[in-house]
Amino acid sequence: MNFLRRLHAAAASGRRTVIGIPYLWLLLTFLLPFLIVARISVSDSEGEDPLGSIVSYADGLLSLKIRLANYLFIFNDELYLYTYASSIKYALITTVLCLLAGYPFAYFIARARTAARPALLMLVMLPFWTSFLLRIYAWKGILDNQGIVNHLLLRLGWIDAPLPLMHTEFSLLIGMVYAYLPFMILPLYANLAKQDLRLIEAATDLGATPWQAFWRVTVPLSRSGIIAGAMLVFIPAIGEYVIPELLGGPRTLMIGHVLWDEFFTNNDWPMASAVTVVVVLLILVPMTMFNQYQAAQAQRSKA
Amino acid sequence: MTTELHGIVAPERGQPFLLLQNLVKNFDGVRAVDDVSVSINKGEIFALLGSSGCGKSTLLRMLAGFETPTSGDIVLGGASLVGTPAYRRPINMMFQSYALFPHLSVWDNIAFGLRRDGLPRAEVAERVERMLGLVQMQPFARRKPHQLSGGQQQRVALARSLAKRPQLLLLDEPLGALDKKLREQTQSELVNIIEQVGVTCVMVTHDQDEAMSMASRVAVMSEGRIRQVGSPGEVYETPSCVFVADFIGNINLFPGQVEVDEPDHVVVACAEGPLYVPHGISGTPGMPVQVGVRPEKMALQAAPPGRHERASDAEHGHNCVEGTITAISYFGDQTHYAVQLAGGLAVRVSRTNAARFDAAGLARGQQVFVWWDGRDAVVLTN
Repeated sequence: MNFLRRLHAAAASGRRTVIGIPYLWLLLTFLLPFLIVARISVSDSEGEDPLGSIVSYADGLLSLKIRLANYLFIFNDELYLYTYASSIKYALITTVLCLLAGYPFAYFIARARTAARPALLMLVMLPFWTSFLLRIYAWKGILDNQGIVNHLLLRLGWIDAPLPLMHTEFSLLIGMVYAYLPFMILPLYANLAKQDLRLIEAATDLGATPWQAFWRVTVPLSRSGIIAGAMLVFIPAIGEYVIPELLGGPRTLMIGHVLWDEFFTNNDWPMASAVTVVVVLLILVPMTMFNQYQAAQAQRSKA
Repeated sequence: MTTELHGIVAPERGQPFLLLQNLVKNFDGVRAVDDVSVSINKGEIFALLGSSGCGKSTLLRMLAGFETPTSGDIVLGGASLVGTPAYRRPINMMFQSYALFPHLSVWDNIAFGLRRDGLPRAEVAERVERMLGLVQMQPFARRKPHQLSGGQQQRVALARSLAKRPQLLLLDEPLGALDKKLREQTQSELVNIIEQVGVTCVMVTHDQDEAMSMASRVAVMSEGRIRQVGSPGEVYETPSCVFVADFIGNINLFPGQVEVDEPDHVVVACAEGPLYVPHGISGTPGMPVQVGVRPEKMALQAAPPGRHERASDAEHGHNCVEGTITAISYFGDQTHYAVQLAGGLAVRVSRTNAARFDAAGLARGQQVFVWWDGRDAVVLTN
């Protein structure tokens, strides 16, 4: 009995360790740096120790010093608000385009012969074998005024002057969708591959055409895959720096660029930190709300 | 002759309604269904019975429209179904383990087919409510399938497949997902509902009890072919071949050759001596056959049976063999005896424990006589 109890206690503490280590890791690599960034964001750029305590005590006066100037600046300056809005816009368009392009892709891989699936998945992941920078740069060679596309169209005589493809919304979105497509396909594939095909048969049996069966059964059942894929695309897309920098133009400003400017051109770390904190909140708030909604749903279906 | 046997007088229900004509289905050169022809009457419950891989499920899937026959025809109510896609067939299926839509409530599951037909909202609601009433699931209309027990899911699946008032209902292992106690109760409930609705029904099962107790006719299948079609009584009491006799229930087989072949009786010579069967067969002397006797139709006793106990004088001296009891299995309602016969065969005899005290007092190792009425024996060819 005693031995069993001790074994049980050991198992319980073992479980705590196993869960605890990743938590500790997240604490050290995510929460702590974020707190540091948040601390810097409320300091000023002149002379003050950016990592000093925000609470000070002198002459019987306990003071809490939080400098909100950077935040006020962000919310009063149209440029920042515009950049946030356009970041969200491009991230949203990218997510929708990835979903539209990725869903049929994932669907056909999931419905392919079992033997063919690994090869097809490999093709989706193949681009990862080349440097990300190189792949984005390659689009320059395709879309430039002297690039493959314009060259070909000129040779065929379909156009007289090169089309301005580079440094436009078009080139930016092509690059974004190209880079993020696998992150949409993989979770969708995982979801679609484990769907019960008898449910499609049941729908067909009850009079649903293949098209209706797809919209009424396959799509609703893949909701969690769609959400996971959309998150994996949308969140990194908001903060994307390299793609808008290489393929975007003056009219496709995204927050990554502003961040870079604040950090390395203006050298204004507090301002840059404030911009970062707002980005994080921008992503965290909808995510938390969504999580809460899901938990509530799960609770409701259990009751 | 058949009317003497119990359970065989099958109710003749209506006209042939569903015809399968020379149906064949090949999968990559493997023949799953091999030249199946059968006619099913309006309003009957028809069971396809066989072990896994016998082609029964493929047959059902061809009826539903999920598989296309390699050759042959399916005719329902006079019109061929081949070429009609599954979603246009007036046929609905209750799937094995039900295939209820997990993202829809019970109500929406039942309404699914009605909505695909574009019925007006009010009529959908009315018919769903009626179906819920039929299977007594009204209180659970808003639940999702995973919140229901197995038995409740089965009722929803039945309601869903009946909601469109199909001309033909297909049941794929209808009780396979339920545990034993629930199965017996659900079985009669299911038959009641089907008969109440009056729909023609084809079911597939590997469980002979299920097929025998639910169906009005049973088709025994093996290796893609139908071996015998008949009422449950017919396939049990007059099996057409050794396979069917062996597949349905238990049977003791005595291999031998036809010795005397008269129009009114045959005598078969086997290792245990000559066996007398008081009816003619289509065969010739010397033909190898097997005489089959069901365990419950055999009598077992310590003393040799007297002349007055035998059915006819002609049988005297026949259909009685000697042996030793090697095992006794007691099941409460009945007891099974394994008897090693003098000629080398082993037979199984079952006795109903009609009284609480067994006067016979048979024990293991005891010398006994096993005998039967020749009319209870069947002559089978391979």
